[in-house]
This record gives sequence, structure tokens and C-alpha cells, in this order.
Amino acid sequence: MTDIQYLAPRTLDEAVQAFAASSGKGRILAGGTDLLVQMRAGTVTPHTIIDIKKIGEMTAIEETAGGGFRVGAGVSGAILREHPKLKKVWPGVVEAANLIGSTQIQGRATAGGNLCNGSPAGDSVPAMVAAGAIVTIQGPKGRRELPVEAVPKGPGRLNLEPGEIVVSFTLPARPKGSSDAYLRMIPRTEMDIAVVGCGVSLTLEKGVCTAARVGLGAVAPTVLLVEGAAKALIGSKLDEAALDKAANACRAACRPIDDKRGTIAYRTQIAGVLLKRTAAIAAERAGRN
Amino acid sequence: MAKLHVSTTINGEPQEFLCDADQSMLDVLRGPLGLTGSKEGCGSGDCGACSITLDGRLVCSCLMLAAEAEGRQIATIEGMAGEELHPLQTKFLEMAALQCGICTPGVLMAAKSLLERNPDPTEHEVRFWLAGNLCRCTGYDKIVRAVMETAADMRGGAR
Ligand SMILES: Cc1cc2nc3c(=O)[nH]c(=O)nc-3n(C[C@H](O)[C@H](O)[C@H](O)COP(=O)(O)OP(=O)(O)OC[C@H]3O[C@@H](n4cnc5c(N)ncnc54)[C@H](O)[C@@H]3O)c2cc1C
Ligand code: FES
Ligand code: FES
Repeated sequence: MTDIQYLAPRTLDEAVQAFAASSGKGRILAGGTDLLVQMRAGTVTPHTIIDIKKIGEMTAIEETAGGGFRVGAGVSGAILREHPKLKKVWPGVVEAANLIGSTQIQGRATAGGNLCNGSPAGDSVPAMVAAGAIVTIQGPKGRRELPVEAVPKGPGRLNLEPGEIVVSFTLPARPKGSSDAYLRMIPRTEMDIAVVGCGVSLTLEKGVCTAARVGLGAVAPTVLLVEGAAKALIGSKLDEAALDKAANACRAACRPIDDKRGTIAYRTQIAGVLLKRTAAIAAERAGRN
Repeated sequence: MAKLHVSTTINGEPQEFLCDADQSMLDVLRGPLGLTGSKEGCGSGDCGACSITLDGRLVCSCLMLAAEAEGRQIATIEGMAGEELHPLQTKFLEMAALQCGICTPGVLMAAKSLLERNPDPTEHEVRFWLAGNLCRCTGYDKIVRAVMETAADMRGGAR
């Protein structure tokens, strides 16, 4: 017996209407790599499934007038990777999205789903936070924007109103000498959940870091923007002292859990280690831009 | 609730079926459509035994709703051999790259999708591409070698 409805609207307005009308019993379907697993486990029992993959705006990658990108929330990791320009300008964002699952999962999993699933360990989220991505949201009351780090509220919970859908991520244009990177620590080399994930985006001018953002995943109830770490990097030549300071800021920001993947002490220690390694990769890439 | 009517293309042939809104593509393939080549190892995206392509892209059919097939192109293991076996299938037999065979349809679908995109993969690339295909029997080595050798044969190169 099933009384579930499947809808695949072609416009965002229709999707928002259907989602709002489902009064809390609707679910957005992007790649389904979280949703279908949860439905099968019985932890989620939607009455209406709203597939957003036929909505043009949500499945496109567009360059913005200023040289940034607008990435639809329904774009799969595989499509992100195949975009010729995006991975040059935002390699960290693309590598983070591409760490999600296997080839098969990549064919479906979206950054929108990764964010909206609300896991503190979602791999694309710290990279989006570091990138300073702005999320466009549409709901019954219209459109609004939020910085990506403001979307998660806690594990599985979001700062979205009923009926609101994440439409796209806007990645800003990059000044010369900028790049980003994402690293995660997992116990195996593939197919596991991050013990810590770290995204770093930075700009170098004559070897001096003039702008930086750091996103940390899996060390708190939500993905964190670590402003203290960015401050430690900005104005420095990314020398050992600055990197130590930034690593310590990351460790100080951690409020992790103890679980089978890692203890509190381990996660906290690794957060600092990853900050240094990720910053080094971002800096090396920035030096070539 | 009435069943959904879906029109799709499977292995190049137009196909219609009825399904429930929450039914997976894998369930419909193995059930009403009788295409039991795709296997269910886990039902949660971890094992890859259910691998198919959707508009040419490798996906887990257990994590796709059957309703999503509307108007799309689906390829399953049943469509892999033409008059003759696909070179990957032949090589897997030659090199004994399977034991119980449960993972094999998924591995073959994934390997074919890799070679279509990258005719000359490194071993590293093969292993990463196939990371979502679990095999409890072979230890992977024979699978990886069979894929590498097929790639070499298909490029027309020597072993
Ligand atoms: C085998 C396997 C391995 C995995 N490995 C990883 C991994 O390494 N790293 C990782 O981070 N994750 C991993 N995941 C989890 C999952 O693949 C990711 O979280 C993925 O990004 C989810 O995206 P999706 O498009 O499939 O989301 P869906 O399952 O479609 O959606 C997820 C949730 O978000 C909601 N939602 C989706 N899009 C929107 C939107 N635009 N607006 C509002 N709500 C929305 C849905 O209703 C649902 O509640 C893995 C999953 C599997 C099955
Ligand atoms: S049955 Fe689909 S991945 Fe295991
Ligand atoms: S041959 Fe038995 S699982 Fe791979």
C-alpha cells in the first residue's frame, strides 16, 4: 500500500507551491542518495516527493556577469567535475563535491542535497563555506539569500521556512592570485564519512595572504566558518607561525562528538593538521593563478 | 493511490510500466520487467550491484525512483552483449574475474562506463572508478586486471 505522490514540476513556482501545499509531509528529491536511503530505512515517510531535476534554473551552471558562477542546487557532482571552467576557478569546491560517494553516487548526488540533508559531515559544505557561497532560496514568500554557513541549524535541521527550496549557490568572482582546496580525513581512502573536513579559500598578493576563509566540517553540530583561522592567515606569508595560529583557531572552534570514527581529542587534533595541509594546497594553486 | 504510468527506453527499446511513486528502479527492473541481471546487494547505494546507466550516466538503480525513468534512456547489463559478448564480458570469463558473480553485472556496467570515457585508464583510475562496486569474492585484483587488459585490447595495443 502506498499513497505517496511523485511530482516532477518544470518550474520553480510549481515546485514551491507543491512543497508548501504538502504541509510538512513533502520532500524535495534531488539525487536521492540520502532521501531514498532514509525512505527505505523508514526514517523519512513523505506523502509527496517533489523531484526538482526538471527545473532549468536548478540544474544549470551559469557564469555570472562579474566572472563568478551560479551553480544550480540540483547539479550532480559528475556534471560539476565536467564543467571546464568551474574546476579551474573553484577547484576546492569541485574536489569536495567529488569526494561524495562512488562514481555511481556522483552521477546523482548534488551539493543542494548535501547541504539540505543537514549532516555536519557533508563534504561539499565546508568548501562552499570557504568559498563564500551565497545560497538563493525560494519559498511561498518569494526569494531570499543566505550565506551558506547560515543554512544549517543543527544535525538534520535547517534555517529554512516551510515550503522553501534551495535554488542555487553563487560563487563569487576571483581576484588574481586566488584559489581554494578541500581535504577530509577518513579512515579509508574512499566511501566513508569525514572525521574532519577542511576547506580553505585564499588570495595571495606577492606572497602575502590578503583574503582567506576557512570552513570546518564534522567537528560541531553544523559546519563552521572559522573566522579566527582566516584572521591568522590574512596579512601573513603563510609562514609556520601564522599556520600554527590558524591551526589552533580551528582546534579552538571544535565542539566534536566521540564516535567510532574518531574521538574528541583526535578530531580536534586533526582539525589543525588539515587546516595546514589544505592551506598549503590552496596557496600552491593560488600561486599559479 | 493509482499506479504511475511510465514511458521510457530500456536498452534501446521503448518500454512502458506501472509503478508506485516510492518504488525504486531496481525493483521495477527485477520485478515487472523481469530484468534480473541487476542485483540487489544492499539497497543503500553502497555495493554497486544494481548499477545501470541513466542517459549514459552510471547510477545505482536502488537509489533511483522508477518514476524518474519517464522519458529517459536506461541501459542495463542485459543490453551489454550484442550478437557477441562485449569485450569486457569475454575478458572477465577468460581471466576468471568473477567467482559467485553477484557483483559482476554492476562491475561490468561500471567498467564499460569508465572505458567509454577513458579508454586508457591507469590502475589507480580503475580502482577509484570501481570503488563503489563491492566484491566479496575476488579481492578485486582480477577485476582490475581484466579491465586494464580489455582497455588495452580495445585500444588495439599489445598486452
Ligand atoms: C554510498 C553513499 C556514500 C556517500 N558518501 C558520502 C560522502 O563521502 N560525503 C558526503 O558528504 N555524503 C555522502 N553520502 C551522502 C549523500 O550522497 C550526500 O549527502 C549527497 O550530496 C546528497 O545529495 P542528493 O542530491 O542525493 O540529496 P537527496 O537525497 O535528494 O536530498 C537530501 C535531503 O535534502 C533535501 N533537499 C535536496 N535538495 C534540496 C533543495 N534544493 N532544497 C531543499 N531541500 C533539498 C531532500 O528533501 C532530502 O531531505 C553518501 C551516500 C551514499 C548512499
Ligand atoms: S543494491 Fe544498489 S548499491 Fe547495493
Ligand atoms: S564475484 Fe562474488 S561478489 Fe564479486
